Amino acid sequence: MAQNHTAQGYAPGTHPDLPPPVRTTGPVGWIRANLLSSPLNITLTLLCAWLLWSVLPPALNWALFDAIWSATDRKDCWAQMDEPRAGACWAFIRGSFRLFIYGWYPEPERWRVNIAFILLVLAIVGVLRDSLPGKKYWLWFAVAFPFIGAWLIVGGFGLTPVGTQKLGGILLTVIIGVTGITFSLPLGIALALGRRSKLPALRAVCVIFIEFIRGVPLITLLFVASTMLTYFLPPGSTFDLLMRVLIMVTLFSAAYIAEVVRGGLQGLSSGQYEAADSLGLTYWKAHRLIILPQALKISIPGIVNTFIGLYKDSVLVLIIGMMDILGLGRARLNDPDWLGLAPELYLFIALFFFLCCFSMARYSLSLEKKLETGHAQ
Amino acid sequence: MKQTTTAVLAAAVLTLGVTGAAQAGTLEDVQSRGVLRCVVSTGIAGFAQPDANGVWGGFDVDFCRATAAAVLGDAGKIEAVTSTGKTRFTKLNAGEGDVLWRNTTVTFSRDVGVKLRFHGINYYDGQGFMVKKSLGISSAKELDGASVCIQTGTTTELNLADYFSSNGMKYEPVTIETNDEARQNYEGDRCDVYTTDASGLASTRSALPDPGAHMVLPEIISKEPLGPATRHGDDQWSDIITWVLNATITAEELGVTSANVDAQKSSNNPEVRRLLGVDGSQGSELGLSNDWAYQIIKQIGNYGEIFERNIGVDTPLGIARGLNALWTDGGLIYSPPFR
Repeated sequence: MAQNHTAQGYAPGTHPDLPPPVRTTGPVGWIRANLLSSPLNITLTLLCAWLLWSVLPPALNWALFDAIWSATDRKDCWAQMDEPRAGACWAFIRGSFRLFIYGWYPEPERWRVNIAFILLVLAIVGVLRDSLPGKKYWLWFAVAFPFIGAWLIVGGFGLTPVGTQKLGGILLTVIIGVTGITFSLPLGIALALGRRSKLPALRAVCVIFIEFIRGVPLITLLFVASTMLTYFLPPGSTFDLLMRVLIMVTLFSAAYIAEVVRGGLQGLSSGQYEAADSLGLTYWKAHRLIILPQALKISIPGIVNTFIGLYKDSVLVLIIGMMDILGLGRARLNDPDWLGLAPELYLFIALFFFLCCFSMARYSLSLEKKLETGHAQ
Repeated sequence: MKQTTTAVLAAAVLTLGVTGAAQAGTLEDVQSRGVLRCVVSTGIAGFAQPDANGVWGGFDVDFCRATAAAVLGDAGKIEAVTSTGKTRFTKLNAGEGDVLWRNTTVTFSRDVGVKLRFHGINYYDGQGFMVKKSLGISSAKELDGASVCIQTGTTTELNLADYFSSNGMKYEPVTIETNDEARQNYEGDRCDVYTTDASGLASTRSALPDPGAHMVLPEIISKEPLGPATRHGDDQWSDIITWVLNATITAEELGVTSANVDAQKSSNNPEVRRLLGVDGSQGSELGLSNDWAYQIIKQIGNYGEIFERNIGVDTPLGIARGLNALWTDGGLIYSPPFR
C-alpha cells in the first residue's frame, strides 16, 4: 500500500489522521483557549501579568536573592545588606532551626524523636497506600503507632523519661495534630452513631456532648484545661498540662467529626439500611459492611476539612503558655540580639503549616478520586 | 463502644497524668524535687527569652536562677514554666510553679484579690513615649494632635487618655495588638508616637533599622513596679524570695560582685561577713545553707550585674538604670539591712 501513496491516491477511509492544527493544541492552543479567548480575558491576563511582574521580583529578591543566610546577630545581618530590611534574614531561623524542631527535648535523646517521626511516616504510608504487601500488618502497625510513638517520646519502660514540658516547637505541634486526628476520628464516628441510636439515654448523652462542645470556642476549652481543671482536682495533685490539652483538642475535634459523619450517614438512602436489614445483618455488621463504608466515603471532604482546621487551631495552645511552633517562634522574637525579625519568622511558620495542610488536602482529593464509584449520592 | 473509649481515656488519664505531690512546704518540695520551677513569661525581650539552643535567659530568669542558687546551690537547676499574662496567677496558685518572676506589676487587687504575696520590686517600669527625633519634640507636653500607636484593652490605653485630657491635649489613637505590630506601624509612619512601658519602648527602639533616629521622651506617666510573687500561706518560702532579692541589692550596695566575692569573704565589714555567711547564721534561719547569698553572687552576680548583663546600656536594649539605680545614686532600689 505504501508505494501507491499520492495526494489523491487513498481509498475512502484509509487516509491516516492528520495532526490537529497547531493553533488548537499544545502550549499555543492552551494559551489561546485559556488566556486569550476574549477581550475581557485578554485584559485580565495582562492585568495579572502586570501584577505578578510588580509583586514577584521584589518578593523573590527579598526572600531569596538578597537574603542573608548566616550572621551572628541582627545587626550583623542588616550590615550585610544594602540597607536594613532589604532582604530576609534567614540566619535567624537557621540558627534556631533545631530548637524550632525539637523544642527543649534533651540533646542525647533526640534520636527517639527521629525514630518516632520515621515510624509516623511509615504508619501514614501504611494506611494510605493500597498496594503494599501485607496491608493487614501495616494497618495493625498504624493502630499501634500512637502508643509506640508516645512511649518513644515520653519514655519510661526502659527509656529515660522526658517530661512533657520539654516538648516544644514543631514536635509539639505535630504531637497535638496527630493525636487529635487519630483519636477524634473513631470517637467522632462513635458519637455520630450514638446520636442516631434508638437508645434514648445514649442518644441524649451524645447530643448533649456534641452540642455543648460545638457551642463553646476551642480557646475556652483550653482555658478550662489549663486553669479550671486544677481547681477540681484534689489539691497538690498535678495533672500533666499536655495531657489535658490533648484530651480537650480531641474532644473538640470529635464533636465536629461526629456532625460531619452524621451528614454522611443521612446522605445514604434508606434503601441501604433496608437492604442491610433484609439480609438479616446485625446492627454492627450492617454498619461495618454497608453503611459506614459509604457514609465515610461521602464525608471525606468534611472530615479532612475538620482535620486541617484542627491542625491549624493547635496554635491556640500558645495562649495558655505552651510553646508550640508559633509560641516558641514568638518567644525567640524577643531575643535581644535578634529583635525585629517578625516577617521572617511568620513566613517560616506559614510555610510549615502550608506544607502540612496542603498535603492533607491533596491526599483527600486523590482519595475521593480513588473511591469514586460513579454512583455517589 | 463509647463507654469503652471513655474508660480507656479515663484509665490513661489516671496512669499517665495524675501524680500526687506532697503538701509540705515549698522549700522542702523544691529541695526534694531538685529543681526550681519559675513561672516566667512566654517572651519579653531582655526579661525572659530562650536563646537559639532553648536556654532561658533574661533579667527575670536570672532572678529565678539566683533563687535556685540560694535554695539548691546550683543556678542551673531551674525549669521555666511559661505563662501568658492571663494564665500566670493560676499557674502559680495551682502549684505548677514555685515562684513567679515574670514582669508582674504589683497592684492592690493582685496582692489582695488574687491572694498573692509580693516580695519587693526588682524593676521600676512606667509608661513612656517614643518619637522620631526629626519631629523636634523634647517633651510629651508638646504632643498635642499627634497620632499615637497604642495596644488595645490595656491600662496603657487608660493612662494615655488620662494624661492627654489632664494636659488639655488631643490625640488620634492607632490601635494595635502586639509590640511587633506597633513597631511596623511606627516604622511605616502610620503613627507619630508609640506608647507602652519604658522597657518595651527600649526593645522596640533597638529593633528599628536606625535606633539613633528615635528617642524616648523623659515623661513617665504611670507607675509599673514589677516584682516577684508567691502563693499565700508559706511564710518561710516568702521570706526566702524576699531576701534573695534583697541579697542581690545589698551586694551591689556593698560592692560585692561575682568577680570579687571570694576576696570579700575575708572583708572586715560585718554586714558583708553576715551576707556571705562568714559570720552569723542567717542562712540556717531561712532554712538554707549558710553560704546561700554567696552562691547567688558567685553564680549570678549582684543586682547591678544582672541589670547590666540583660538590659543595661551595653546590651541591644540599652536601658539606663534611671529609677532602677541604687538609692545612693538617685534611684529607688533599696534593701533593708542584713542584720
